[in-house]
Amino acid sequence: MSIVESSASAPLAIRLADIYKSFGPVNANRGASIQVACGEIHALVGENGAGKSTLMRILGGMYAPDSGTMEVNGRDVTGWTTAQAIDAGVGMVHQHFMLVPTLTVAENMMLGREPTSGGQIDSGRVVGEVTELSRRTGLAVHPERKVADLSVGEAQRVEILKTLYRGAKILILDEPTAVLSPPEIDELWRVLRGMRERGETIVLITHKLDEVMEISDTITVMRQGQTIAQLTTRETTPAAIAKAMVGRDVQLAMHYAETARPRADLPSAPLLDVRDLVVDGPRRASAVNGVSFAIAPGEILGIAGVEGNGQTELLDALAGLRPVRAGTITVARRDITRLPVKSRGDAGLSHIPEDRHARGLILDYTIAENLILGQQHRFTTGVRLDNDAITDNARRQIEAFDIRPAVPSVPARALSGGNQQKIVIAREMSRAFQVLLAAQPTRGVDVGAIEFIHARLREARDAGKAILLVSADLAEVLALSDRIAVMYGGKFVVVLDRRDASEGVLGPYMTGAEHAA
Amino acid sequence: MKRTVEEAVLPALVALLVAAVVGDVLILSFGQNPGSVYRLLIDGTWGNAYGFGQVLYKTTTLTFTGLAVAVGLRAGLFNIGAESQLAAGGFLAALVGLVLPMGLPALVTLPAFLVAAAAGGAFVGGIPGVLKARFGAHEVITTIMLNFIVLALLNYLTAAHLKVEGTLHTTEIHAGALPRLSSMIDAFHGSAANVVLLLAFVTAAAVAWFLFRTRRGFELRATGLQPAAAEYGGVNVGGVWWRTMALSGALAGIGGLNYVLGYKHYYEESFASGAGFLGIAVAIVGRNHPVGVVLAAFVFATMSQGGLAVNAVVPKQIVDVLQAVVIIAVAASVPEVRRLARRTA
Repeated sequence: MSIVESSASAPLAIRLADIYKSFGPVNANRGASIQVACGEIHALVGENGAGKSTLMRILGGMYAPDSGTMEVNGRDVTGWTTAQAIDAGVGMVHQHFMLVPTLTVAENMMLGREPTSGGQIDSGRVVGEVTELSRRTGLAVHPERKVADLSVGEAQRVEILKTLYRGAKILILDEPTAVLSPPEIDELWRVLRGMRERGETIVLITHKLDEVMEISDTITVMRQGQTIAQLTTRETTPAAIAKAMVGRDVQLAMHYAETARPRADLPSAPLLDVRDLVVDGPRRASAVNGVSFAIAPGEILGIAGVEGNGQTELLDALAGLRPVRAGTITVARRDITRLPVKSRGDAGLSHIPEDRHARGLILDYTIAENLILGQQHRFTTGVRLDNDAITDNARRQIEAFDIRPAVPSVPARALSGGNQQKIVIAREMSRAFQVLLAAQPTRGVDVGAIEFIHARLREARDAGKAILLVSADLAEVLALSDRIAVMYGGKFVVVLDRRDASEGVLGPYMTGAEHAA
Repeated sequence: MKRTVEEAVLPALVALLVAAVVGDVLILSFGQNPGSVYRLLIDGTWGNAYGFGQVLYKTTTLTFTGLAVAVGLRAGLFNIGAESQLAAGGFLAALVGLVLPMGLPALVTLPAFLVAAAAGGAFVGGIPGVLKARFGAHEVITTIMLNFIVLALLNYLTAAHLKVEGTLHTTEIHAGALPRLSSMIDAFHGSAANVVLLLAFVTAAAVAWFLFRTRRGFELRATGLQPAAAEYGGVNVGGVWWRTMALSGALAGIGGLNYVLGYKHYYEESFASGAGFLGIAVAIVGRNHPVGVVLAAFVFATMSQGGLAVNAVVPKQIVDVLQAVVIIAVAASVPEVRRLARRTA
C-alpha cells in the first residue's frame, strides 16, 4: 500500500489535514486527511459510518471541524461557511436530494440567485441556460418539468446540473450512482471525464470498487473516522482497497448461486401471484400497465429496468400503499388486492421499501422503535407497548445485523445510511413472512454489508420464501435472481431465466429498444 | 436524555428572560420601577393564597387546552379550535347538570359531567378530523371556521332557551357542583381553584402515558413525524387523524368543567374568553410534552393573574404583550437551540 506524497509544487485543490469532528459521543472524524490535486477525479471510499460524508460536509462548510486544517487551492479555509464554499466553487451533490418538489427543474436551478429583467424573474433565460448546460454535459433533463414528477435518477441529474450551474469547480458527489441505471452511470462517467478535461476537480464518495477502479485517479480510504490509506488507482487492486476499507479480506465479486435446495422439495403453488395489474401513477394515466407474474416458493424474481418505468408504483401497489385500478394480487392463495397494509403483513407480506427516509424509517424514532415499525401489534400487551420486549428485540437485531452504534435508544437519524438500511432489513427479514418485496435492498450500503444482505436474501429463498427484487444495480439483479423481468413503460417487456440473462441481453430491453413477443 | 430535557426547557427559559427584559422597557416607559412592579406581580400571584389560588384556577383550563393542542401537534395536526371545543364541553356538562336531579352522589354525577364535557369537545373536534381524513380538508381552516359556528350556536341556544333574564348565563346547576380547594384548605378562601385542577394533573399524566407508552400513541406520533412511514407501518393515517382530533377536542372540552362546575356553576356565554387560543401558546412553549404543558400553563396563568395585580400602576395589557413576547421568543428560539445543541455537542 503506497502512500502518495503530495507534490509540493502546485497547490492542491483540496487539502484537509488531521480533521477531528465529534457529534456527542460519536467521533465521526478522528484524524482524517485528504489531498486532492487539481483536475483529478478522487475517490473517497470507506464503509458506512467511516466518516466520509462528515469529512466532505466539513469541506462544504456545513460543519465546522473541532480541530484540523483545511485548504482549498492553497488558501486556508478552516471552518468556512457553506456560502463561502459555494463562492469558492466547491459544490456538493448530496445523497439525499435538496430540491423543492413543487418547483420546476429550472426554478430549482435558479433558486436563491434568480436572474431578473425589469423586476421580473427571467425564467426564459434560465431555461435556455439549463438546456444548453444539459446539452453540453450530456445530463438530460427537461427544465420545465416539476421536480415532484421526476424519478429518483432524474432528480439526481438535476442535482448535479444545479451544482454545475452554480459554477462549481470542485464537485463533491456523495454516492451518485446509487440511484442510476447502467446507461445513466456511463453518462455520468462521461460527464465527469469531460469536467476533468476542463481542469475541474471531482471527489466521489463511494464504496463501489468497480466505480473506483473505472473512474478515479487517486483514492483515499477511510475507516472508523481515520484516513487509512492514500492510493493511486492504477497502482492498486480492488482487493487491496477492500481490505483497507474493511480491515479484513472480503468476497468482492457478486456471483449468482442457485438454490442449494432441490425444487421438488418445495410446494409448486406460487406464493405471490399477480394478474393483469394496472396501477395509476402520479400523473400519467397508468404507471403499471397490465403486469402479470407469479413467484414460486424458493424463488427470487428480479426486476431490472431504468428507474421511472413503473417499478415504484408496482411495489407500492403490492404493499398496499397505492390503490390498484384493475387486476388481482394473491399472497399464499389469499387475495390481498384490497387489503390494508397491516392485513397484508398478517397475510405474510414483508416489504423493504425503496426510500428508507420517507417510508422505511421514522428518523426521530429510536433504533428500537424503528425495529418494530409495522409490527407494533406484536409488541403490545393490552394497549401498552411492551418496552422490555422492544428493547430485547432491538438487542437481538442489532447483534444479528451488526447495526452500529449498538445502542437501542439512539435515534435512527443519527445513523449512517448503511446502518439505517440494516434496521429496515433486520426488521423486515425477522418477521414471519412468505413473500418479501425487496426494493433497492443495498442502496447506499457498504461492501461488507452488501455481502451480508445478499446472503440473507439467498437464505430466505432457500428457506422457501418468494422474493421480488427491484434494484437499479443490474449486477445485483444478476447476482440474486432466479428469473429476471425487465420493466419498461409500465410493462414486463421480457421475463428471462437467469441462465439466459446477462447485461448485454438485458440492456436493449431496459432502454425499450427490444420487446419480447 | 439530559440533552432532550435541556432542549425542551432552554427555549422557555430564554423566552422568559427576553420577556422580562421587554417588560423592563415597557414598565420604564410608564415611569415605573420594574423591580417594584415585578414585586407587585409576584406578591399578587404567588405571594398570597388567594392570588395563588387564582393562578391555579387559570392553570387548570390552560392545562386542558394546552394538552388538546399538544396532542394534535404530536399527530401533525394544528387544532385552532380548542376555544369552541372548550365551550362545547362546558355547555354539554352544564346541560347534563341542569337535567340531573339534585342530591345524586358525586360518584354518579362526576363521571356524567366528565363524559358530557369530553363528548361535547370530541364532537366539535372530531368534525374537522373526519373532514380531513375523508376529504383532505385542512384542519387549520376547518377548526377556525368551526369556532365561529359553534360559539354562535351555543350563544343562540343559551340566549334563546336557557338564560336567566337579564344575564348571559344559564340558571344555576345544583346537582354535583365540584368542591373548591378552599373547602379543603382554608387559605385558598375566595379563589376559584377547584378539584378540576387535580383532574388536570391526572389527565396530563394520562396523556403522557398514552403518547409514550401505548401502541396508539406510538402510531399517533409516527403519523405526526412521517405520515408516509406510518402508512408503510400499517397505520391507518386517516383514522389517526380523526381520532386524534376527537381526543384533542375531548381534552379541551373537559377543561370546560373548571369554569362551569368548579367555579360559577352555570354556563355563560363566551366563558372561554381566549383560554382555547392561549392553549396554542401553552402547547408550543411546553414543547408538546404534557409535563411542559403543565409548567407552561402555570407560567401563562401567573402572567394573566399578575396583569390584574399590577393594573393599578401599569396597564394590565403589558402582560398581554409579555405573553406575546414569550410565544414569539419560544417559536423563534426552538430551531436555534437545536442547532446550537448540535454544534456544541
